[in-house]
Parts: sequence; C-alpha cells; structure tokens
Amino acid sequence: MSVVVRTVTRVILPVALAFGAYVIMHGHLTPGGGFQGGAVIASVVALLVVVYGGARLKGAKGWFAVLEDVGALAFVLLAFLGIGATFFRNVLAGSGGLFGNPVPQPGPNPGDLNTAGTLPLMNWAVGLKVIAGLGSVVLLLSLFGREDG
Amino acid sequence: MVHAPVLAIAVPLLGAFALPLLARLNRRARDLWAAGIAVATLVFGIAVAVQVFASGRPLVYTLGAPSPTASVTEGGFPIRIVLVVDALGAYMGIIALLAGAVGLFYSFQYLVEEEGKTLGTSLLLLLWAGILGLVYTGDLFNFFVFLEITSIAACALIGYRVWEPRPPEAAFKTMVMYTLGGLLVLVSVGILYGEYDALNIAYLSKLITGTLLDKLALGLLLGGLLMKAGAVPAHMWAPDAYGEAPAMAAIVLVANTQAAIYALLRVVFTLFGGALASPGIGWLIASLGTVTVLVAVLMAVVQRHLGRLVAYGAVSQLGYMLLAVGVGVVAAGKGFGEVALKGGIFHMINDLASVGLLFLVVGAIRRAVGSVDLLSLGGLGHTLRWESGFFLLGALALAGIPPLNGFASKFLIYESTFKASPILAAVAVLSSILLLGVGVRAFHGIFLGPKTRDVASSPRGMLVAMGVLAVIIVVFGLFPGFFIERMVSPAVQAILGGRASYLAAVLGG
Repeated sequence: MSVVVRTVTRVILPVALAFGAYVIMHGHLTPGGGFQGGAVIASVVALLVVVYGGARLKGAKGWFAVLEDVGALAFVLLAFLGIGATFFRNVLAGSGGLFGNPVPQPGPNPGDLNTAGTLPLMNWAVGLKVIAGLGSVVLLLSLFGREDG
Repeated sequence: MVHAPVLAIAVPLLGAFALPLLARLNRRARDLWAAGIAVATLVFGIAVAVQVFASGRPLVYTLGAPSPTASVTEGGFPIRIVLVVDALGAYMGIIALLAGAVGLFYSFQYLVEEEGKTLGTSLLLLLWAGILGLVYTGDLFNFFVFLEITSIAACALIGYRVWEPRPPEAAFKTMVMYTLGGLLVLVSVGILYGEYDALNIAYLSKLITGTLLDKLALGLLLGGLLMKAGAVPAHMWAPDAYGEAPAMAAIVLVANTQAAIYALLRVVFTLFGGALASPGIGWLIASLGTVTVLVAVLMAVVQRHLGRLVAYGAVSQLGYMLLAVGVGVVAAGKGFGEVALKGGIFHMINDLASVGLLFLVVGAIRRAVGSVDLLSLGGLGHTLRWESGFFLLGALALAGIPPLNGFASKFLIYESTFKASPILAAVAVLSSILLLGVGVRAFHGIFLGPKTRDVASSPRGMLVAMGVLAVIIVVFGLFPGFFIERMVSPAVQAILGGRASYLAAVLGG
C-alpha cells in the first residue's frame, strides 16, 4: 500500500486499540462489552492485513489459536470460581478490591470500573476470545488459496 | 452434588477449551484429560438423573443466586436464569451422556493424529456440552444459545474431513439449515419476550394466553425444531451430515437430533401446554413424521454410499418418534396417547443404540477399507467378524425385529398409532419391512461373498464402544418392561401431567 495509507494506519492504530480496550473495559457501564470491543480490536487486524498483506502476519495464527483458548478457558474458570455458592456467582461482590476500592454488594451502586466484581474480568475473557477469533478469521481469509497459507 | 446439573454442562465445556492447550504440551496428557472429563460428566449427569428419578420432582438449579425467585433489590424482577431437569430432561440427558461417552471412547482409536484429532475431540466435547445444556436449561433464550452451540460444533464436526470434496459441502448445507432453524427459534423467542417480558420457560408458560402472537411463536418454534430434527421437507441436510461426519460425531449428532424432539415435547406440553394444547398440532406432527418415515426409507433403498444409507435409516427413525409424539398430542387425554408417548420416548434410546451402532460399524469399515461404496465392498465378513455381527444386530434392531429393542418401542408406536389412524400405522409397518430389506441388502453387500481383500480388524477400543451399544440393544429388547417402568413412564408422566409440578418447582407454590 502507498505511504499515505501506511502513515494513516500508524496514526489510527493506537487510537483504535485504545478504543477497543475502552469498550471492553467499560462493558458493564456503557453500551458494548467484550464482543463489541473485541470486534473493534479485530478490525485493527483487518487494517494490518489490508496494509501489509496477510503473508507478513502469518506468524500470528498460532498465537491467535492459543489466545482464543485462553479467553474461553478464563471465562469458564471465572464462572467456576463461584461454585462455593452457585456457578457464575459473583465472588468479588462485597469482598475483594479490584482496582484499589472494595467491590460493593450487588444492588444500586455508583457504577465505577470495579463495581461489577467478576463481570469486567469476564468481559476481558470474551474480548480476548473475540479478538483472537475474528482476528484469525480475517487473517485466514487473506491467506485463503495461497500455497504457503 | 447440588451443583450436578450445571457441572454436567460446565465440565465438558471446560474440557473442550482446555484440550487444545494441553495438546500443545503433551498428547498423552490430552487423552487422559478427555477421558477424565468424560468420566466426570458421566458422574454428574447420572447424579442428576438419580436425584430426579428418586425424588420424582423436577430439579431446579439457579445460576448466580440462591433461588429462582431471589432478586437483587427489594421487589426487583425475580426471574433468574435456571436449569430445570424433570424426568423427561433426565431421560434425554442419559441418552446424550450415552452418545457422548461412547462417541468419545470410540474416537480415541478412530481419529488419526495427523488429521486433527485434537480438534475433533475438542469439538465433540463442545457438542456434548451443548446437547446437555439444551436438555437441562429452563430458560428460553439459553435454549437458543445452546441450540447455536450444538449447531456450530456439529457443523465443524461434519466438515472434519476438509480435504475430501463432500464433507465441506455437507457442513455448509447443514449450517444453512441449522442457522435458518435457529433464526426461526430466535424470532419466536423475541416475540414471546416482547409480549410477556420474560424468558423463563415456567414463567412464560404461566403467562401465555394463546393470542395470535403466541400462535405465531408456537409455529415458528415448531418450524425451527422440525428443521433441526430433519423432518421432511427439511430433511435434505441430514443424510449428508450423518453420511460425511466421522463416525464418533454421527452418533452424537443422532442425540443432537433427538434433543430437537425433546425440545418439541417441552414446547408443546410445557411451554404452550396450558393455553394452546390442540389436536391439530398433533396431526401436523404425526403426518410429517409418517411422510418422513416413508421418504427416508424409500431413499435408503437406492443408496450406494453406506454412510448415507444408514443416515436415511436414522432419518426414518426420527420420523417414527415424530409420529409417536404427534399421536401423543392428538390423544393427550386418552390411554393410547400415553402409550404412543411411551413408545416414542423409549424409541429415542433404542434408536441411538441401533443407529449409533450402525454408524460406528460404518466408521470401522471406512477405517479398515478406505471406502464405503456398497458396490466396491464385499466379503468383509471373513476378516471383520465382530463388525459383521454388530452390523447385523444393528440392522435388525433398526427394522424392529423381536426380541431386539427396536421391536419393543416400535410395537408401542404401531399399537397406539393404529387407534389414532390405521393408515398411518400401516405406512409405519410397511416402512419397517422395507427397512429390514435395506439392512439385509447392505449386510449381504458388505460382509458376505468370497473374500476379496485382506483387512485389519478394528482396534479393541472401537470394538468395546460398539459392544456397549450391542449389549444395550439386546438387554433393552429382552427386558423392556424394566426400563419402561423406571425411566420411560416417569418421563411420560412428566410431560402429560407434570406441567403443574414443573411450574411449581421453578416459581414456588
């Protein structure tokens, strides 16, 4: 691709990454969540594929496969944490502090980053899976039909 | 064991996701892990069934809260995500457990490492978790989610042999049909949610009054589920799917299809059982079932591809179940309606055993010879002795020959269908006879005749998996009363008169 496209991509890339991370992190507070934020970050992969070509990103395929597994596994394990009471119970609610402050009990609360207990963590797990899943879809589509794919 | 219902779903899910990571470390660890997960799932699933059958009441498990009616704030919206297992659910759960365990055990020696054994095993566990979730859930939206999990896992398994020309086509066809069916279900769930602001099956069932929208939702749900069950005229994906899927996936696919019949019963009798119970639905299902039986058997007669031949047999058995369910709905209050449901529900496990056994034998033949073309096979009985015996047993059970299990359940279906409509019963009996012809022809074509080639017998693990199903076929055929009394009758009671106790178990009071 031309130098203009490459330069613009370099400018947009950190912004898109930050926005994706923001959407994932604020999944319990604002519209969006793990899937939507993950899709935003996966669009960065699409951008890179368009600009630099899929062949240069081939090495990421294996990493995506591992990340996707880790995301799914993390989600199930977070749900397992609550098994003391019931599956999927929010173990952080009313106890531990995630970002310095204690997590409040379930119910109406100010709505900070840490007020949802395990939910933001689950959003990250979903986000990770979507980044890796959609990322590999985009990557594989670009490699499709190549000898070295 | 309070957590058994959710663990039966969560453990195979965990197993499926951890498996590819473990496989990167060590292949032996991966196999041990898969076996451990299977044992744990079996333990939890059987624990659920034992609890339900022993207590006679539906088992309710609430996710993330102490009880289904607990609300976060005072006077808040109380309905939570629940798993509800009644006797029917427990029974269907046993079928799913059997299919998954046998399939997984078979796959250890059936799948080839270089062809993607890790992926196949992982997807099989995912499909297993999906079916168990579909059966245990008490929430309509989660029902849709599990439906999609099974669809995706099933399609990936059908296309397992991507390097061959036909499996990807079969997987694509199935994906289109499953997605279409899933969409119908989703729209129906949307309609019900828009109308009543609820997704809980028990809560919805209490609220449903039978408006035009409810009827629309019922129609869409029935359409979606019949598509998934592979009833004519939406059956064309099924022979491709069963025929091209690897054998261990085909048997779990049979359980997956039966889960659609289970869902049909749940929808007709529990969800819409109060306001929209009508014989018309029953006649519709029964006639679709009869057409399915007839079309599938006639198609089986002309098949050359052994996998597709057995697949059409599997579709025809689904038709028998639909016929029984239909007659059960038509005559819900009468004695023969109950007999029909008993026959249909008992036929589920019998179908799984006989069709499953045939699929496993076909898989063994494909593994040994490399071909499943009926015209190029012959004389395999000289070397594949066990397999030939298993095939004959499965084919006879499929056709409903006494004293095998297929006879026990089919007889109940004939008997009750005859009281509802002699014509439907006649078609059902005729189809069974044709099915016998199909089975005998296939057996003759594969195993009899002069020895033409030297092939190695199947590994012991595969033979044991087939043997388990063969034992079930014989035992259920010799002592059907024992199982009907203990497992099938409670399941029938759970759908015919159990709606009130299902609702009470979730909503209290």
